[in-house]
Amino acid sequence: MATSTSIDSATLAMPKGVSLWDDAWLRLRKNKLAMFGLGFLLLVLVLCLLTPWIAPYSYEEQDLRLGAAAASAEHWLGTDTFGRDLLTRILYGGRVSLLVGFVATAVALLIGVTYGAIAGYAGGKVDAAMMRFVDILYALPFMIFIILLMVVFGRNLVLLFLAIGAIEWLTMARIVRSQVQNLRQQEFVEAAMSLGLSPVAIIVKHLIPNALGPIIVYTTLTIPNVMLLEAFLSFLGLGIQPPESSWGLLISYGVETMEEYPWLLIFPGLALSMTLFALNFLGDGLRDALDPKASRD
Amino acid sequence: MSLLQVTNLSVYFHTRNGTLKAVDGVSFEVEPGKTFAIIGESGSGKTVACYSMLGLVPMPPGKIESGSVLFEDRDLLTLSEAELRKIRGKGISIIFQDPMTSLNPFLKIGDQLIEPLRLHFAISKKEAWQKGIEILEEVGIKNAAQRMHSWPFEFSGGMRQRVVIAMALVTEPKIIIADEPTTALDVTVQAQILKLLKELQVKRNIGVIFISHDLSVVADIADKMAVMQEGRFVEQGTRDAIFNNPQHDYTRKLLAAVPNSEKSAQENKAEQNLVEVEDLKIHFPSNKGEAPIKAVDDVSLHIKPNEILGLVGESGSGKSTLGRAIIRLLKLTAGKVSFDGQDISRLSAGEMKPLRRQMQIIFQDPYASLNPRMTVYNTLAEPLLLHKIVTKKELDNGVCSLMDSVGLARESILRYPHEFSGGQRQRIAIGRAIATKPAFIIADEPVSSLDVTIQAQILDLLLELVERFDLTMLFISHDLGVVRYLADRILVMKDGKLVESGSVHQVFSSPQEAYTQALLNAIPGKSLFTTESKGF
Repeated sequence: MATSTSIDSATLAMPKGVSLWDDAWLRLRKNKLAMFGLGFLLLVLVLCLLTPWIAPYSYEEQDLRLGAAAASAEHWLGTDTFGRDLLTRILYGGRVSLLVGFVATAVALLIGVTYGAIAGYAGGKVDAAMMRFVDILYALPFMIFIILLMVVFGRNLVLLFLAIGAIEWLTMARIVRSQVQNLRQQEFVEAAMSLGLSPVAIIVKHLIPNALGPIIVYTTLTIPNVMLLEAFLSFLGLGIQPPESSWGLLISYGVETMEEYPWLLIFPGLALSMTLFALNFLGDGLRDALDPKASRD
Repeated sequence: MSLLQVTNLSVYFHTRNGTLKAVDGVSFEVEPGKTFAIIGESGSGKTVACYSMLGLVPMPPGKIESGSVLFEDRDLLTLSEAELRKIRGKGISIIFQDPMTSLNPFLKIGDQLIEPLRLHFAISKKEAWQKGIEILEEVGIKNAAQRMHSWPFEFSGGMRQRVVIAMALVTEPKIIIADEPTTALDVTVQAQILKLLKELQVKRNIGVIFISHDLSVVADIADKMAVMQEGRFVEQGTRDAIFNNPQHDYTRKLLAAVPNSEKSAQENKAEQNLVEVEDLKIHFPSNKGEAPIKAVDDVSLHIKPNEILGLVGESGSGKSTLGRAIIRLLKLTAGKVSFDGQDISRLSAGEMKPLRRQMQIIFQDPYASLNPRMTVYNTLAEPLLLHKIVTKKELDNGVCSLMDSVGLARESILRYPHEFSGGQRQRIAIGRAIATKPAFIIADEPVSSLDVTIQAQILDLLLELVERFDLTMLFISHDLGVVRYLADRILVMKDGKLVESGSVHQVFSSPQEAYTQALLNAIPGKSLFTTESKGF
């Protein structure tokens, strides 16, 4: 950052993007662990995107002669009980898991942050009404909700994302609301009001940036949650069905055959946990980078 | 024979960014029945000096480099933590600054009061309770036996500070360290607490170390004093010697910074008022069944162009509420507010927006009034762009000239609020307020959280800006000295009503209302001004 360099008024070359986000990016780049996390996630993402072209086999191609074989030159990570290549299945599974993780979380973020910020900012009766609605949704048994959706509309990936997102946003909304409620009392919000800023501008420019810490922490908690939820739903027969795969599904099959064929658990488990590690590093880094106080001694 | 003898005490903090000499070779004595005051601005090391004697400074990063502290023939600095614990609260007690946070909100007053007794003496609960009642009576709390069962939140700030004093006294200590004990209190309450402390001290023959940043308070209570700057005592001596004949430049600077002059009266001949308030009422709903809280009750006032109107009153008198209501940050319950001849009391938020440019506010706490996640550049650019004061092209220059106006270095343009000191932050907040070139500014206690020399700088900056930009200002404060320095006219507010108004000279020389007289009498440091015959 150009804090120590002096700024000459004549040649004032102000970096145009001195927004919180540009600044955060500059600081994030200095955080090695976070950059490693980001790099790893990007690698996984690229691999998953390119899977149809780079996968050594097809995800449903069986080689029943092999059965469940350990790692070999032909099958780097071994094969499952049907003789399907495990590496291929993990790559294909990653597509589903990452998609579910990110899309459902994005849905939860978008709805939850907006809804919570509006409720917290408006306060009073609006807030009470909005939060009672959240309470009602909390009270609905969500399994039944999803099963109903699946039964009525058929098994559908998009619907699954939306359904999971529709549940995860409730907690996000509560967290954001309580943060915004506290921040709203602060004088800088009053100062913004006296400048004549519109409520939307106050929420977007002044309130949400100051609530980012808890939002990011909760987001990094939500992504793995959502991935495991997908595995659970798939296990119940509501999500992905074999021969398609997802990490959650692979792991739950891996658990069943853990004693005879441990690699069926280890490799999908590694893929999931390393991704989650990377995500947490990135999340921690982001939280620090977005807090001007945390990142400079 | 002195009670406490501190010799050459040095406490350093070793951090990653180098060594900070928080206390650097300090020596002083505390005598029974006398008050030794340490005066200095925040960060000067006065608190560290006292807390380190009792082992209350976190070590590391703190480290006692040298010195001795003799108390009852023992060097406190050589004692173990267990031995020190026996002295803390028994031999030496501390009264903390903020009575709102120094009492545990989940413990009844009585239980807190007898805790140090039961800790340090073998005494039954019943006896301790009885002693608690006696001490509460002694610090002036009525119905002490019943009040022992009260919760802290049932007491006002001044009453809580009395409880804190009772807690410090209950073990009959020889020395009390009073760490800014009245800074968080209103001026009339402050006067009562200072009087109480003085009485108890004489009666019980206690030595007091009084830490403060406020020269006027010290002038009333100190016998001997030291002026502390950057860890050193730059001057030490009797109260009279220091106030009447200061030797060190810094002491002179501190004394000069106390606002004690009166603004010369000027006739304001403007015909039309810029701001007019008629029968304004602001009521807040309270618990069901109870009458609403009348924060502002039937207030009428006017402010002429280019006038600085001072609004004084204690906390809870409704002065801040009134200020916010005038610029429509609050909903009005009844009454009328006109700005520049236009009735603004019923305008919608959209209709207010063009007017917002004309009226701005500066808040008390520069820590809370700036968005911690926006750089100075963004904070100052926001109003400029919102009200189209400058185009995007001219924005950089606009921000820079604002920084110049409020005396901030241009180099710091990309910094965040936490990287600035309190005074600098207040400059940023002032810059934001004048960015839209407003006609009217409300300054809500803008200097009350600042050190005295910084306070003087900010007041002068405000005066300069008023002159330069033809501003009209409503200056809200609980500090009469500050108001006197700045204002043309004064309004006194109590319990939501205006009780007195007049020119500064009128109000100060011949106050009409009993409440105003009480406020004037409570101003600390009157002796300071009379000895130097500077007024009053």
